[in-house]
Amino acid sequence: MKERELRDLIADVKTGRLSRRAFVQRMIAVGLTAPMAGMMLSQSGVAMAATAIPYKPAKAGGGGLLKLLYWQAITLLNPHFAIGTKDQEGSRIFYEPLAGWDGEGNLVPVLAAEIPSKENDGLSEDGRSVVWKLKRGVKWHDGKPLTADDVVFTWEYARTPETATVTIGSYKDVKVEKIDDFTVRVSFAKPTPYWADAFVGTYGMIIPKHLFADYIGGKSRDAPTNLKPVGTGPYLFVDFKPGDLVLAKRNPDYHVPNRPHFDTLEVKGGGDAVSAARAVLQTGEYDYAWNMLVEDEILQRLESAGKGTVRITPSGNVEFIMLNSTDPAVEVDGERASRKTRHPLFSDPAVRQAIGLLIDRASIEKFIYGRAGVATANFLNNPERFRSKNTKFEFNIEKANAILEAAGWKKGADGVRAKDGKALKFVFQTSINAPRQKTQAIVKQACQKAGIDVELKSVVGSVFFSSDTANPDTYPHFYCDAQMYNTTMPQADPQIFMNQYLSWETATRENKWQGRNVSRWQSKEYDEIYKQAEQELDAVKRAAMYIKLNEMVVGDNYIQPIISRARVAAVKGSVTAHFSGWDNDLWQLASWYREA
Amino acid sequence: MGKYTVRRLVIALPSLLGISLILFVLLALAPGDPFGELATNSNIPPEIREALRVKFGIDDPILIRYVRWLIAMLHGDWGFSFASRINVDQLILQRVPTTLFVVGSSQILALAIALPVGVYAAMRPYSIFDQIANTMAFIGFSLPTFFTGLLLILIFSVNLGWLPFVYRADIAATGWQWYWESFKQAIMPVAVLGLFQAASYTRYVRSAVLDVIRLDYVTTARSKGLNEAKVIIKHVVRNALIPVVTLVALQMPAVFGGAIVTEQIFRIPGIGSLLITAILANDTPVIMAVTFVFACLVVVFNLMADIIYGWLDPRISYR
Repeated sequence: MKERELRDLIADVKTGRLSRRAFVQRMIAVGLTAPMAGMMLSQSGVAMAATAIPYKPAKAGGGGLLKLLYWQAITLLNPHFAIGTKDQEGSRIFYEPLAGWDGEGNLVPVLAAEIPSKENDGLSEDGRSVVWKLKRGVKWHDGKPLTADDVVFTWEYARTPETATVTIGSYKDVKVEKIDDFTVRVSFAKPTPYWADAFVGTYGMIIPKHLFADYIGGKSRDAPTNLKPVGTGPYLFVDFKPGDLVLAKRNPDYHVPNRPHFDTLEVKGGGDAVSAARAVLQTGEYDYAWNMLVEDEILQRLESAGKGTVRITPSGNVEFIMLNSTDPAVEVDGERASRKTRHPLFSDPAVRQAIGLLIDRASIEKFIYGRAGVATANFLNNPERFRSKNTKFEFNIEKANAILEAAGWKKGADGVRAKDGKALKFVFQTSINAPRQKTQAIVKQACQKAGIDVELKSVVGSVFFSSDTANPDTYPHFYCDAQMYNTTMPQADPQIFMNQYLSWETATRENKWQGRNVSRWQSKEYDEIYKQAEQELDAVKRAAMYIKLNEMVVGDNYIQPIISRARVAAVKGSVTAHFSGWDNDLWQLASWYREA
Repeated sequence: MGKYTVRRLVIALPSLLGISLILFVLLALAPGDPFGELATNSNIPPEIREALRVKFGIDDPILIRYVRWLIAMLHGDWGFSFASRINVDQLILQRVPTTLFVVGSSQILALAIALPVGVYAAMRPYSIFDQIANTMAFIGFSLPTFFTGLLLILIFSVNLGWLPFVYRADIAATGWQWYWESFKQAIMPVAVLGLFQAASYTRYVRSAVLDVIRLDYVTTARSKGLNEAKVIIKHVVRNALIPVVTLVALQMPAVFGGAIVTEQIFRIPGIGSLLITAILANDTPVIMAVTFVFACLVVVFNLMADIIYGWLDPRISYR
């Protein structure tokens, strides 16, 4: 999709011919995120129109006990130490960011008085700074007022390497200063079109200066507040047992009127996903269960009990197969899959194209992921007018056979194709996880029909996803021909996400396989466009560049997206909850309520 | 006997050291690391990941890490959990009461069933009662706890809706209601563990009593005209229980160690579930501490079993 087309679409949104939601969906379809689409619209003069969050109760409290179930238990309550989503969710009960992302890419103010824009002088013309105004009258749970000092402190805390925060990526390259007690300015070293990262969403939770000031840096672990959070959120801390239970009660001084609805809150952890689904959908013991990694068939059966429903929220996670562009079988300077080699089979574009045709995405969606996955949101499902000819996905064994035949890969006596003495055989690895093994089997079966012999390999998740430099089975080593996993997009902005195909990011022995380019795919053109996009201030031009980058990678067939995975939660029938695929599940916990 | 105890204690020290070294090396060699989840997170620059590893000392040679761990342990510093960044001893102490309550009650339940059933079955070997007891015992210890646990959940929670299947250590109620709620939620896990244990205890009790009941002194007691109850309780059971007592003593470490599978099924926040989540998260300090405490308990209770055995049966001498 070109810049012109994007501009046309935005004009359509302006005049109302295209709904905001439809626009965002199209952007997701070409590989962008909803927040990114929202940024584009806002820069083009379409105001952020936060989706109304329905809330019926006329007063705060009176809702009784709200019971949440996390099958991976919450182990800590400091948002800047949160290793997994579960810990972010636990922290979100007590802490709040300046703003959060709704499902359609709108910024929704939480601790901010308003969303910065050009109109309210929040955004500078040169794209080098953004001014946030804080909401007044917000109090920490211990009664102290929230001021700009807390925001500045949060930045200092998170960006200090010795504090060892996991949010450092959002804070290390920005500068934050206090303008007055309720205003802060975030400045960037270079023009930054995507300004809503620090203090926004999952990584943006503000912590109180007066309780953490003594625990910045090396002493960060000793802060008593790590275990007894004092935030600004809708619920006050009562008790926390790491790996088991979080108890909270209503914050009577919450800064939003008439909220929250529930008097007490209990978050239980542990067990497995299926029985968690059961506790909400079948027995109704709990009101909400997180991350239902359960086969859709089971979920549907449990849902039929009528006690609750499964809520599916689209997000930016894509399950994909990656073909190695280097040769994992040859060792160069003590390193396999070295950049100096080329893959003997996949260097032939015909082979890559054939493999693309042999992934039965529709069946994978239908029989494995069910409602929790949509076949290649990236290119397949987008509207006809954006579907470029060379990035269309289909499942077609005959065509794959024909392509291979034409490229000179002839079938041998054993039914496996070969060319120049190289048999069309490769090893395909992934982590151990039932849907992944089923997907592997579907791919293998189709490949067999096209004369490609696929050997399947599965690695325990804790090994596959580790950064262990000594273990050759991790995904960054990629000592294998093909592999499959799920990319998560922790930031809504694709800038960091897309660096995984840059030539200088290649994972090598030299950088201890810390480089982000695992597929080792390289392209000069890609590198160039990426550098341009980094400097580009115009949100629309920039989006067009990222779409182009995405197309380049996928169009070259080294990367084969399969399924766009949605976030799945179980909610009891009487409870109204609000989710967004671009923020934590509990981002609007204050507005959850129970119908009488 | 005092000398014997001291000697055994002295021998226990090197074996504990050996155990700790083996545990430590095994954990260090095991694949995976606690920051695996960070590796897929593009928000964390590689240098920070590296800094975290250095900070937590993961990249040092194994033996240096072991010595460091040992010295800290001797000072009473158990290290801290990578996952929750709090001290391991604190984490374990939080879990101990729940485990003691659940696993302890299940042991009591097991004995309360096994003793009368085993003794009665041995008094009338090959009677209908004995046959039934035997069959039940076989079924009992052939069915794994994860199966019976799920079965009970299906029957009592899902179909009948009588009992909760999510265990809560903090019950909001007070007074009688608190006791009632605690009782209700403990029924299923305690029954699952207790019945499983009872099955094997029953077999032990039965065979121990059978061994004794045929001895001449029992016949003598009977021929003296003592009534049957007195013969069984004073003469038979007292002697028959000696091996059973040591068996129970050997089971004690499990009471502290928790029941990994059952705790996971019922979401009981005990030591077992702490261990399993720590293993899944590659949280080495926690795994190390839990397994090492467990090893210590095994060594100590082995020693106690030996001592109790000699005390109960003076024919055994300590040398």
